[in-house]
Amino acid sequence: MTPEMLIFIIIATITLGAAFMVVSSRNLVHVALWLIVTLFGVALLFTLLSAGFLAIAQVVIYIGAIAILLIFAIMLTRRTKEDVKSTFNSNWRWALFIGFLFFTGLLVILMNWSGIAAAPPELDSRANPVVEIGLALVNPNGYLLVFELASVLLLAALVGSIFVAWDRRK
Amino acid sequence: MIPLSWYLVFAAALFCVGLFGVLARKNAIAVLMGIELMLNAVNINLVAFWRYLGPQDITGQVFTIMVFAVAAAEVSVGLALFISLYRRRGTISADEIDLMKW
Amino acid sequence: MTDPLNALAAWFQTILLNWGLPENVVSVILAVIGVVILCVFVLLVDIFLVWIERKVVARFQDRLGPNRLGPFGLIQPIADVIKLLIKEDITPNGASRFVYNIPPIIALATVLLMWAVIPLAPTILGADINVGVLYIIAIGAISTLGILMAGWASNNKYALLGAFRTVAQMISYEIPMLISLLIPVLLASSMGLNDIITDQSVWNILIVPLAGGIFLLSSIAELGRAPFDLVEAESEIVAGFHIEYTGMKFGLFYAGELLHALTVGAIFAILFLGGWRGPGVNLPYVGPFLGIFYLFIKAFIVYYVTMWFKYSLPRLRIDHMLGFNWKFLTPLALVLLIVVAILDKVLANANVSITIYVLVMFAANILIGWAAISWAKVYTRREREHFDQKNNTNSFQTQLSEENSSAVQS
Repeated sequence: MTPEMLIFIIIATITLGAAFMVVSSRNLVHVALWLIVTLFGVALLFTLLSAGFLAIAQVVIYIGAIAILLIFAIMLTRRTKEDVKSTFNSNWRWALFIGFLFFTGLLVILMNWSGIAAAPPELDSRANPVVEIGLALVNPNGYLLVFELASVLLLAALVGSIFVAWDRRK
Repeated sequence: MIPLSWYLVFAAALFCVGLFGVLARKNAIAVLMGIELMLNAVNINLVAFWRYLGPQDITGQVFTIMVFAVAAAEVSVGLALFISLYRRRGTISADEIDLMKW
Repeated sequence: MTDPLNALAAWFQTILLNWGLPENVVSVILAVIGVVILCVFVLLVDIFLVWIERKVVARFQDRLGPNRLGPFGLIQPIADVIKLLIKEDITPNGASRFVYNIPPIIALATVLLMWAVIPLAPTILGADINVGVLYIIAIGAISTLGILMAGWASNNKYALLGAFRTVAQMISYEIPMLISLLIPVLLASSMGLNDIITDQSVWNILIVPLAGGIFLLSSIAELGRAPFDLVEAESEIVAGFHIEYTGMKFGLFYAGELLHALTVGAIFAILFLGGWRGPGVNLPYVGPFLGIFYLFIKAFIVYYVTMWFKYSLPRLRIDHMLGFNWKFLTPLALVLLIVVAILDKVLANANVSITIYVLVMFAANILIGWAAISWAKVYTRREREHFDQKNNTNSFQTQLSEENSSAVQS
């Protein structure tokens, strides 16, 4: 059991535990805080996978923007009387069954795949992933089209969400 | 060395927890959080495959960035819809919004 | 041996290795010792900052400031700390305990985390990551989250309202801060802070002064200091999100805010004023200490400018603040980014000398700044005229001169 494995087990346990609390907590603001713990755990896993830029991008985008937006929305749509009924709707048993089914299905597929026990190849220490990502995103033979489409998507989302949420009673 | 299977099983578990959250929760914002968990599981898959099967290509990381952008766009539009819905119906519990017109 | 501090660390490492400890344990121990020394150093500077703040505000307001405890009042911050420590530790009724106690820790911890990537000298650096700039933004985002938790956990509607406004202000001003932060990154072709410093043979403030101005303004708004301090104003929202925090928890918020101001000064110094650059940083023995000295001098100068802003300007209203950000700073920062990128490539291809490069970029910045300010003048004048027409008021001070002339005549 190398130290790396130990660190992975600790981070994975915390992240999965926080994910369970996300789907089963009663108080919505607690759910948002557990989601932040999950997102942070995922960022730590990115660091373990030698994708440092993605780890920091995850913290900035998910925790710094999306999580704050979710907390704002939770606080703006709270009802004055907290619901005393269950947080799950009426088909939670089916949802549990489908969840387990999916998980076992994925496990079966993974175990039958030959490359499952691959060891990680050595990384080129001279490579700079940040520079490579930048070059790939503006290369016409690379991902320039995907980049432009993502920009158009974000613009559409920006305009759309302002228009949908605009209070027209004023 | 951590075998690739550990990362993939972890991502599968996170995906299924998110799936359970989407299918079983009443509050619409909690459903959105389940979707975020699923997207994060996909991201872990992408980066794990990048690291173990082809770190010389940068494709895995570029697609993870695209998934970030898509998640951000979806959360903002979804929350705008929820806020607009809350103004009209006074609730965003998926159980109580079950008629189209009333 | 050109670097005393690193040589000391290497000597300590050989001692630990000779004791028979395995290698990774030794590196972990050295890292922990480095972290502890850096944190202690930064927190001691933080206590000194309390004294500086009170003396400077006193001089701005034409009075003396604390001068009874110790020479020039230097023991005053220690008395403040003792006072905060002996206060009663209250948790308000109905506040969720865990969520209530975490935000002060987050407020101070995120600021300390920023010092991990700040290069104090050419070779003294906490973590030499190649995305240092992005790391600082990420830590700023986490501190915003702490404020939201503080406001919600206090079970107090003024605290919640203050927290909403604070977070709205902070996430709005992150955008011009990010864009103006990209400009030194553009000029240095790297996001690592040490690379940005080594690239500044001419200080960036001379090449892109407008970017420095936008970064300073957005950072002051991010800090929540005046003139953007509506969120913690005593007369308006009764101290905002930290109203329910007393004793040492409030002390952590306060110390975190002051330290954040100094950290912003250090980051501005690194990005625009050349960081640890100065005469003599390459000398063998005193080099690193001179580097630390230069960085802190520059950081304190920027901190003084921040205090100058705070104690001279009145508070902005929240809609003015947000309008200033979205209608003025963000378009200006975007235009500046495009112009700097184009000019940089054009001048690099034309192979001009350094002097002409600096002069052209400086002139372009001043031109854009002057154009932006004249547009802003025209726009606000038109808005005031519309407001006067709609509400039949006279906001253009002609009333005052009419009253004066009538008083003189009668």
